Amino acid sequence: MDFLTIIQILDSTIRLATPLLLACLAGLYSERAGIFDIGLEGKMLMAAFFSAAVAAVTGSVWLGLLAGIASSMVLSGLHGLASITFRGNQLISGVAINFLAAGMTVLIAQDWFKQGGRTPSLFDQGRFNPITLPFAETLEPVPFIGPIYAELISGHSILVYLALLAVPGTWWLLYRTRFGLRLRAVGENPAAVDTAGVSVVGLRYAAVAICGVLCGIAGAYLATALQAGFVKDMTAGRGFIALAALIFAKWRPWHALYACLLFGFLQAIALRYQNIDLGAFVVPVQAMDALPYVLTVVILAGFVGKAIPPRAGGEPYVKER
Amino acid sequence: MGSAGMASAAPAIELKGISKAFGPVQANKDISISVPRGTIHGIIGENGAGKSTLMSILYGFYKADAGEIFIGGKKTDIPDSQAAIAAGIGMVFQHFKLVENFTVLENIILGAEDGGLLAPSLSKARKELIALEKEYGLQVDPDAVIEDLGVGKQQRVEILKALYRRADILILDEPTGVLTPAEADQLFRILGRLRDEGKTTILITHKLREIMEITDNVSVMRRGEMVGHVKTSETGPEQLAELMVGRKVLLRVDKAPAKPGAPVLEVENLRVVDEAGVERVKGIDLTVRAGEILGIAGVAGNGQSELLEVLGGMRDGTGSVQLNGQALDLSGRYSDGQSRRARGIAHVPEDRQREGLIMDYHAWENVAFGYHHDPKYQRNALFMDNAALRADTEAKMKTFDVRPPDPWLKAKNFSGGNQQKIVVAREIERNPDLLLVGQPTRGVDIGAIEFIHQQIVALRDQGKAILLVSVELEEIFGLADRIAVMFDGRIMGERMPDQTNEKELGLLMAGVSGEAA
Amino acid sequence: MEKMPHWADVILIPLISLILAAILSALVILAIGEDPVAAVKLMVQGALGSTYGWGYTLYYATNFMFTGLAVAVAFHARMFNIGGEGQAMLGGLGVALVCLLIPWPHWSLALIAAILASMAFGALWAAIPAYLQAKRGSHIVITTIMFNFIAAAVLNYVLVNLLRPEGSMDPATARFPETVHLPTLHEMLAPIGINFSRAAPANISLLVAVAACVIVWLLIWRTRLGYEIRAYGHSETGALYAGISPVKITMIAMLISGALAGLMAINNVMGEAERLVMNATEGAGFIGIAVALMGRSHPFGVFLAAILFGFLYQGGAELALWTSIPRELIVVIQALVILFTGALDNMVRMPLEKLFLRMNRGKS
Repeated sequence: MDFLTIIQILDSTIRLATPLLLACLAGLYSERAGIFDIGLEGKMLMAAFFSAAVAAVTGSVWLGLLAGIASSMVLSGLHGLASITFRGNQLISGVAINFLAAGMTVLIAQDWFKQGGRTPSLFDQGRFNPITLPFAETLEPVPFIGPIYAELISGHSILVYLALLAVPGTWWLLYRTRFGLRLRAVGENPAAVDTAGVSVVGLRYAAVAICGVLCGIAGAYLATALQAGFVKDMTAGRGFIALAALIFAKWRPWHALYACLLFGFLQAIALRYQNIDLGAFVVPVQAMDALPYVLTVVILAGFVGKAIPPRAGGEPYVKER
Repeated sequence: MGSAGMASAAPAIELKGISKAFGPVQANKDISISVPRGTIHGIIGENGAGKSTLMSILYGFYKADAGEIFIGGKKTDIPDSQAAIAAGIGMVFQHFKLVENFTVLENIILGAEDGGLLAPSLSKARKELIALEKEYGLQVDPDAVIEDLGVGKQQRVEILKALYRRADILILDEPTGVLTPAEADQLFRILGRLRDEGKTTILITHKLREIMEITDNVSVMRRGEMVGHVKTSETGPEQLAELMVGRKVLLRVDKAPAKPGAPVLEVENLRVVDEAGVERVKGIDLTVRAGEILGIAGVAGNGQSELLEVLGGMRDGTGSVQLNGQALDLSGRYSDGQSRRARGIAHVPEDRQREGLIMDYHAWENVAFGYHHDPKYQRNALFMDNAALRADTEAKMKTFDVRPPDPWLKAKNFSGGNQQKIVVAREIERNPDLLLVGQPTRGVDIGAIEFIHQQIVALRDQGKAILLVSVELEEIFGLADRIAVMFDGRIMGERMPDQTNEKELGLLMAGVSGEAA
Repeated sequence: MEKMPHWADVILIPLISLILAAILSALVILAIGEDPVAAVKLMVQGALGSTYGWGYTLYYATNFMFTGLAVAVAFHARMFNIGGEGQAMLGGLGVALVCLLIPWPHWSLALIAAILASMAFGALWAAIPAYLQAKRGSHIVITTIMFNFIAAAVLNYVLVNLLRPEGSMDPATARFPETVHLPTLHEMLAPIGINFSRAAPANISLLVAVAACVIVWLLIWRTRLGYEIRAYGHSETGALYAGISPVKITMIAMLISGALAGLMAINNVMGEAERLVMNATEGAGFIGIAVALMGRSHPFGVFLAAILFGFLYQGGAELALWTSIPRELIVVIQALVILFTGALDNMVRMPLEKLFLRMNRGKS
């Protein structure tokens, strides 16, 4: 494996990790506020469709992004309605949202475009195109550093940089602001927040809304940056990998970045090589596919540091004395 | 400092005609009360009398169906806790409302931050905390994480939270339930200082001693109604008790002296470590003989629950426990509830709603609970005999006067007393060698209390051994033939009921050993 | 007293939820420019108007009875088994191995072996999440989701690398031998003079599914084990008090749940496809969630809900064939049913409870 191959794999790692990271941070906001969300997948899928559809119709990827975010937030609102207002089962709500998205996207795609549940392909302004960072071309001939800067760091779409910035942003919001303090508190002990005169419902809806925005960006990235248009079920389990990464990261922003990069790396490897020959034995591609899930189970089992979710997670808040 | 002198202008709080119903249950009926400024006002009543509901309305947790609230003479609407805080009300709940993995400081500023960024809020709060500590003697480390603090300290954090929010009126809901007498005394000193500073305190409790010791005025509630307001100095425990329950209380249970026989339960060096790795029972020795009731007194949370749970097979322990001379398995295969029952141990657990009954099961299903392997409830090798079970339930309901005597009613639809009768019927009718009883009359109406006490004594008179755990000293005095006091996982001493008094037991419960005292 | 009568809880609430889901679905159909009434007619005609339609409806219903029961049993122990899909995939592997590796003289023997194998494989796949939940407290919902993906990867590997016949490009096993062919409804009903459609896939597994409903009912409501499972589901501390081992009940309930999900394979793999293909389960494991919620976790409710969903699936396929409404409409309906009967249960329940409370007050 030469240097260039490594650069290429890492480059593809970043691109593949981006939707995972956005969705993972989305889940982080929601779950830190005590709302479990296994509907990340559905929200991403819905956003992927609407961003691609609107971008295709209007020719503007920015309008597409807004549409994607809006559609994802509608599903977030539904999740909030079920799990906050009506104190329903958050897991069941998440399952319903995943199906709703899987069905509705194809249904609407077929109705609008009649292309077998896909959108038309996106071109030019209909996509988020790579951005060349300053001096990328000048530096490229420089050995070692040049390719790293030009290939790996430069040349991604704006959403990639946005996702990366979201990590310190989330950390700052969570640990350095009033909103973050309250958000973390409501996921640990909503009664404390309530008796302190802060609205539990308001905080949780805010968290769920942020989750919707980030899932929306993640979905838009999939359909308008990573690929050029929407196809049926295009999220392909990424929402669940993001969920796995969230557990792997134990609900912490920086660790979420590392987990998503790791899982993105596994995807990049699986994409590039069918089977990996380690000499003694061959690792089949299916093992690479399954690895994020296996790792998550191992983490959940607590064999490598126990993952303890926010204490009030999954439980609807009912006032009691 | 005289309370009357401070109560000059409008009362700090005045409630007029407050009513509140939860479905068919009328929790508060037309309640009016007036609390003068700068006083400590007790609200006393039995469990379920509606005290906490009333205070929750005052703190904006519930909305009253009818009635008005006046704060400092001004009519005030309290739709939520925010409004209550704005009106100068602070509340310390029975179960603390703290974020366990936050620091003291973080808990104090939560909801009362200055501005969007945390850093300025935290440094301001730190300064203010030091001032409050000096003013009221409320020392606590601002950077300690809540889960590392003891309950007494956690309660201080709750009080500090209220003071930080500039509360003038402080409501404390059963604040001493989890405290030792010494900690409770400390709390009362703090409340006294708050009164000296002109703060108004409402103390909700069902303990007469606290009312007499610290309050200026007292209001008595019974079954959702306010039945009397008196000056503390002009009343006594007897009058208050009578107001609380509505008739003369039988403080003593009619029973003949015990005739203890051979030891049934022998416990040596029993230790229990809980899930969090904390040692809850720290080497206990005790013996219960046939035909006697051993009462375990103590403040809640001193290892009594764990003691019962180990003996009942609900958790593991170490040490030696013998039943009728044969060892019980404390941590192995046979350390579960089934094995205990097979050995002749019956168990009336402390919490009937979470343990003793399945609230969503019908009464007849609950009568088999724990004994569902009993051959007499089986039709054949595969199926249970539900008809036999229902017949058995009807018989038990008759004997124990369970009302309504309907086997098809779900447990959750019986009153507390009748729920407890179902549990007691199930356990006592097993004719066990040893009966474990935890808080047998908690949340049970007076009529049922007497009945349950009589059943326990009757079982004793049949020559059975009974281990009774209760946090109600009165119940211990009434039932026990011998009293052991637990503190911090240890037995502090044993006394005979006729050779001791509440004061001595109170000292033992506070960890002051008899020899030293 | 109870807030509302029992019948309202088990019949009225699911019914109202269903009507809400139906209304929303009708709006969706309207929005894509089709006529909902015509669509319903077409669905009824296509799913129930011929023995062919019935044959498909019952075939799908058979799948959903198994997966619905699987979810329901776990629900009784207060566990949410989202892993029915993976467990059914593994069940398929069990069936395929039994059918391919052993030369069976008669289908009945093969069926018995396939039942055992599918149950064993399904239970095995549920065993690891169950063990981790029971012993390590790992959230069963997350682990079973993960195990669905792992199952897909395992199956993919096995089909591509191990069971694929030489020369075939298709990731699927060889066709099972003729001797393990299960009797279809056509073959079963012909001797008694009923001419059931020859082309429909409904087969003898339907009877196994109905039997499973009865057995699960007996298990849950008539046996000590069922008593313990329900007690544990209602209150874990209560179970501990009564000497019911949480570890044991968690394991047993999940093993039964996994076995039931795995059992589905006798219908779709052995009865219909007669070989194991990728994605043979077609999401039936997830539909089990909707079926169990709709059926209030009661085997009879599951039976009815499974037939309803069988109808929706077959009717939806007909819709896709004759109109511009894609099959995904059914996924939407399924989502709405899960939403209303599961997550938004309180939205329906709270106003109803108030209504009944008011009626009761009026009476007294």
